[in-house]
Amino acid sequence: MTWTAVIVASVACYGLKLAGLALPGRWLENARAQRTVQLIPIALLAALIASGTFATGRHLVLDVRVVALGVAVVAVLLRAPFLVVVAAAAATAALLRLVHL
Amino acid sequence: MTANRAIVRDALGIAVASGAYAIAFGAISTAAGLSLPQTMVMSAVMFTGASQFAMVGVIGAGGGVWPGALTAVLLGTRNAFYSLRLASLLQARGWSRPLAAQFVLDETTAMAIARDDPRLGRFAFWATGAALFTCWNAGTFIGALATQAISDPRVLGLDAAIPAAFLALLAPRLRAREPLAIAVCAAIVALALLPFVPAGVPLLVVAALVGLFGMLRR
Repeated sequence: MTWTAVIVASVACYGLKLAGLALPGRWLENARAQRTVQLIPIALLAALIASGTFATGRHLVLDVRVVALGVAVVAVLLRAPFLVVVAAAAATAALLRLVHL
Repeated sequence: MTANRAIVRDALGIAVASGAYAIAFGAISTAAGLSLPQTMVMSAVMFTGASQFAMVGVIGAGGGVWPGALTAVLLGTRNAFYSLRLASLLQARGWSRPLAAQFVLDETTAMAIARDDPRLGRFAFWATGAALFTCWNAGTFIGALATQAISDPRVLGLDAAIPAAFLALLAPRLRAREPLAIAVCAAIVALALLPFVPAGVPLLVVAALVGLFGMLRR
């Protein structure tokens, strides 16, 4: 099951890259479609951040991950590199759990 | 010659930075329950960061493999527009086209279209693509292997690392008011739906709503 999904998603993502090189340009030149495609990642990433921070399964919860995300926001605002943002969030959550907050 | 050397230097810089990013992917993917071969197939074949993080993020949060797969594909649609833009520059025919397609990414597109000379643009594309592919897969392998040794990824805070990774990907896209409003609405809709529908569905609703918004807007 996981294998099938991994392979289907991987091949589909590759197919999207190939499509732009292989298809006639006019298929994708619709300005409205181009704008929509730029909005989708914004909405999906925001939804993923929210559910990854405030939910466990189908339950809304407040725990150390909220503090960790706050630290990540500060790191992003300070223009920290990607890995610093991720490591700061992970370290915050790990330390707070260590002291049983 | 000096122009080529400057391009190679920039390409290596980008590749090394993304290798570090790939270590995080390998770690998060393994923590989400994907095996080492599955993680490696994603980095080798899917090879587009946001999609890969999204798929393992959804799976790790208990959202299921198919909603994860669909989210990854939706995030991958922008690559089709990059390759469309690059098609006339690259002039990739025959054997080089499938390979060129695999290298179409945010970074390679940015490097290629930044050059005035098409020959340098092509060189920048291939140099960045090759360096990035190598570092990305090496980083994934290191991250996945290191995490396999850990019994509970929550001890290392890896569950909190996933939203942080998404935030770092999202932040550069939020420089105007409209994207920021869309992001806030999407987060609210996802959280509001979450308790009432099967896992993974909120993401698909958010994707459908923003798609509708984009197509109906003037």
